[in-house]
Amino acid sequence: MNAIEMKSITKRFGPLVANDHIDFDLQKGEIHALLGENGAGKTTLMRILYGLYHADSGQILVDGSPVHITSPKDAIGWGIGMVSQHFTLVSPLTVAENVVLGYNKGYIYRPQEVIQNVTKAANQFGIDVEPSAIIRHLSVGERQRVEILKALYHNAKVLIMDEPTAVLVPQEVDILFQTLERLRKDGLSVIFISHKLYEVMTICDRITVLRDGKKIGTVLKNDTSERELARMMVGRETFGVYRQGEQKAGNPLLRIENITAVDKKGLTALKNVSLNVYEGEVLGIAGVSGNGQSELTQVLSGTLKPASGKIFIGDKEITNASPSEITRAGVGRIPEDRHAGVVGELTVAENLALESIEKFTRRSTLDKRLILKNAEQLISEYQIKARPTDPIRTLSGGNMQKVILARALSPEPRVVIASQPTRGLDVGATEYVRTKLLEQRNRGAAVLLLSEDLEEVMSLSDRIAVIYEGQIVGIVPGTEATEEQLGLMMTGARQEVKQHG
Amino acid sequence: MVKFRIEKAPAPLWIKPLIPLIAIIVTFLVTSILVVMANANPLEAYYYFLLSPLSNRVSALETLVKATPLLLTGASVTIAFASGYWNIGAEGQLYAGAIAAAGLGMVLGNFPPILAIPIMLIGGFAAGMLWASIPALLKVKLAVDEVVTTLLLNSVILFIVSFLLNGPWRDPVSGWPQSPQIVDSAQLPRLISRSRLHLGFLVAIIMILIVWFILTRTSLGLKMRAVGHGQEAARFMGVNVGQTMLTAALISGGIAGLAGVTEVAGIHFHLIDAISPGFGYSGIIAATLGALNPLGVGLAAMFIGLIDTGAQTVSRSLGVPVYLGNVVQATLLLVTLGMFLLQNYRIRRD
Ligand SMILES: Nc1ncnc2c1ncn2[C@@H]1O[C@H](COP(=O)(O)OP(=O)(O)O)[C@@H](O)[C@H]1O
Ligand SMILES: [Mg+2]
Repeated sequence: MNAIEMKSITKRFGPLVANDHIDFDLQKGEIHALLGENGAGKTTLMRILYGLYHADSGQILVDGSPVHITSPKDAIGWGIGMVSQHFTLVSPLTVAENVVLGYNKGYIYRPQEVIQNVTKAANQFGIDVEPSAIIRHLSVGERQRVEILKALYHNAKVLIMDEPTAVLVPQEVDILFQTLERLRKDGLSVIFISHKLYEVMTICDRITVLRDGKKIGTVLKNDTSERELARMMVGRETFGVYRQGEQKAGNPLLRIENITAVDKKGLTALKNVSLNVYEGEVLGIAGVSGNGQSELTQVLSGTLKPASGKIFIGDKEITNASPSEITRAGVGRIPEDRHAGVVGELTVAENLALESIEKFTRRSTLDKRLILKNAEQLISEYQIKARPTDPIRTLSGGNMQKVILARALSPEPRVVIASQPTRGLDVGATEYVRTKLLEQRNRGAAVLLLSEDLEEVMSLSDRIAVIYEGQIVGIVPGTEATEEQLGLMMTGARQEVKQHG
Repeated sequence: MVKFRIEKAPAPLWIKPLIPLIAIIVTFLVTSILVVMANANPLEAYYYFLLSPLSNRVSALETLVKATPLLLTGASVTIAFASGYWNIGAEGQLYAGAIAAAGLGMVLGNFPPILAIPIMLIGGFAAGMLWASIPALLKVKLAVDEVVTTLLLNSVILFIVSFLLNGPWRDPVSGWPQSPQIVDSAQLPRLISRSRLHLGFLVAIIMILIVWFILTRTSLGLKMRAVGHGQEAARFMGVNVGQTMLTAALISGGIAGLAGVTEVAGIHFHLIDAISPGFGYSGIIAATLGALNPLGVGLAAMFIGLIDTGAQTVSRSLGVPVYLGNVVQATLLLVTLGMFLLQNYRIRRD
């Protein structure tokens, strides 16, 4: 019998269908992977199972009988536990206190008894944590084990793990896998969310692939290959915008030399990245999210200082330059998160002016007329549906992105850094953005395109570089690249193949 | 079973301007309970609170006198908060300005008022800036949380004042713990005879207008608002976040320092350790109630001045303790903050 069955689950967020009639089942004692690119709908489906979201339609069965799960409390009652992408531990408290938090029976708190109980549970489940340790002092891997112990302590028979390896270093991944193997032998069923192929092939029994909110299929590990999974995962509907014409060999306008950078958590996010982007070309960077794209964008935008390496625009070095110096050196930047590129409470006109505010200032005073005129002109040129005085937060995603495009591209920069430029946009806006990027290429700019959307990278890029775990693992001419080949490189399969063969 | 759930949803734009008004009404409803507990009639209390101070010339002008330091601390807090710098230290910066005013006021005897008064104002502004620069630099250079440091420094400067008044500056004439009276030429002239309304009121109004001008009409102000509403995006667009915040913090401290000058040179003519009954904190209330719009903050400061005057009338006429004024102010802050927070939520039926 199935431990969990989800039937025809649908969930909408406004116009977006995050889960489109998804069927999913979990057998007792299996590790079942939920595989898919970012935004495929994995987390949403699991949050529904755990009672954090409510499905618009569909049914959930636990041990064969239909249940209503309206809150995590219900889910825990049905033996479902979840370790989410962001931990939910209280850092000044001890491990034991966190484990029992919210479920300590009675009103009197006896620290010794709690520590004893939790120690017993940790031994029973074979989870290596120190119950009296303070959470704040633990590593990420240890915190994750506390989360697992917490779920098991509350009698979870089904454990949902949302991208558990994303935050771990390789040694911790090994420990996690050993723990999961052991728990499976004891009869635990695990749903393992990931977008890393080799992990899924290492630890899981079955794999369900989601793409764009739809279920593509469920396969047995033993009947499939990384190649097939890559194809299931990244295939996309295509748009009508393609690069045309050969790119003329020009000068490198953007040179990245041996850049190494560290992310917010102090982990190395970029290792010795070197790239040249030439006049009149689009260099696409393909990769699954979280492999260093964000940090590369930030380093090139001036919002993250690299640990070592150099960056040049033409002959001008811009390593460690501030965002305004970088803009002045002739770089147009389209940020990964468009909400981090505009100030929501300011108006469209103010957001369009702020980046080159000196142009709109007369003796420290704002030239409001010029600011409005500039906005009106860009609004009509870029077909933005908004008035200059609207707070920019009231704009749709597509229009907000057009404001950012207008700001970045209207000064005709020599180099364009576009990061996830069409993420979350509808078809029309997507085509518009892609057309604009190709216009830049055709007028001779060097365009660096970072995108998790493989179809986008393939249809726009003259050359495609693949980034995996902070390294460029290969560069392929756009005309020769295939989805399969890129998919394998993106998911680290090539490295695995190398190691095994 | 009918179920409700709470959803996050942005408020329609027309709600925001109504919030201060609704907050005032809610506050008076809530505080009625206390009035009733003090055996008074709430309606009568409101009359004394809000209308009777305006019913005669003397107390109407007194309301403006009370509002003067609040206009300044309100303007001070506004420019800081609008830039995302949570300056809780206007109270301490006011004292820094007051110390400077008392010190300068002792030595400016040979200067005519036309020179002495600008020197007083500039000195007070500089002292407020200087005191504000400590937490501001800690914030910008070392990312030390300014809420904690600005608040702590408020107590520190009280000790300094207390040291001065019990030591070097103790008034030789009276022997009381107050500084010697400042010279005549350093005293702010009266605007209207037979009232306490002094030049400081004009200074305060001008400062409100200057803050309004900076925030809405200058490139510095645009940068400040960008930093206040979205540091990350502001940095992305090339704004120097640290420098902008530092500028805001220093201007904020300077304006609060002016409030110290107006109280010393316009009202007391001595430095005393109770020179401010919490004007710095009331400035936070004015800034919040005015939704960080300088002109709104100006009105809010006047309104709080009215409550302060009114509290005394209520207490005199109805025997309700004068602290009711403080309770009304505090409640007003909580209600306003609560409403600004809650405006982003909707209750929906499942
Ligand atoms: N609370 C939410 N409100 C609006 N959109 C959401 C919300 N949660 C997820 N989405 C959207 O639903 C889609 C699927 O997201 P998610 O389930 O988190 O994907 P995954 O976990 O596979 O990366 C994405 O496009 C995401 O932006
Ligand atoms: Mg997810």
